[in-house]
Amino acid sequence: MDRKEYDQMADELQPTGHKVKNGFNAFLYGGVMGVIAQGVLDFYMNILDVSEKDATPMMVITLVFVACLLTGLGLYDNIAKHAGAGTFIPITGFANSMTSSALDSKTEGLIMGIGSNMFKLGGTVITYGIVSASLLGVIRYVIALLW
Amino acid sequence: MNYIMSFLFSGLVCFLAQIIYDNSKLTPGHITSLFVVLGSFLDLFHIYDRLIEIFHAGALIPITSFGHSLMHGAMAATKQYGIFGVAIGMFDLTAAGITAAILFGFLVAIIFKPKS
Repeated sequence: MDRKEYDQMADELQPTGHKVKNGFNAFLYGGVMGVIAQGVLDFYMNILDVSEKDATPMMVITLVFVACLLTGLGLYDNIAKHAGAGTFIPITGFANSMTSSALDSKTEGLIMGIGSNMFKLGGTVITYGIVSASLLGVIRYVIALLW
Repeated sequence: MNYIMSFLFSGLVCFLAQIIYDNSKLTPGHITSLFVVLGSFLDLFHIYDRLIEIFHAGALIPITSFGHSLMHGAMAATKQYGIFGVAIGMFDLTAAGITAAILFGFLVAIIFKPKS
């Protein structure tokens, strides 16, 4: 039995209940993340008396800070084990990927380790975000000119 | 009401990502990249703005909102700077998130010891 056959067999034997449970957990944890974000957003809107638009970056900074701290303490991975996509899809997953990359390569030094490896996992989001937003932004600009 | 809407939308996006993750060979890196592109695409005709109006934080917290913010900043700046605005305004709205992630990520890496 070669590797391919093994993978195929393993896929077939994988219980489907497993996937249902994963999907449910992702929904639950992702939803809770949305509720926490809403709570932080409302908090800043009430305390500082700002609009939702102005409170958004404050909320993002707060959640990113918490996610980085939890990663440093080694707690984020424990949550991620159960939550799956519920932890990597929210913006906190981006913070987690940056922090864990930096932390894991700490032994390689400040420059070659932390400095150059920080974006190893999270960089892809920025790269494709910018490439797609640039292309679509130009398209949108041209459409607006012609309309 | 906002809390229920937030829960439902954020949960749904994560659920879809988990379905893709479980039924394909894609890594979280692939899926987050895909969702960012999706977010910026949904902003092309201001659909994502409508989603934020309806679902509030639920639409702001998934990584799709990152693509939306990049696109939104770029488009807003084209009004003032023309085609150059795409590059000039790109980070206008996402600067906070990226700066915070780099800064706190760096500090955590300096202070804490790797677990694994």
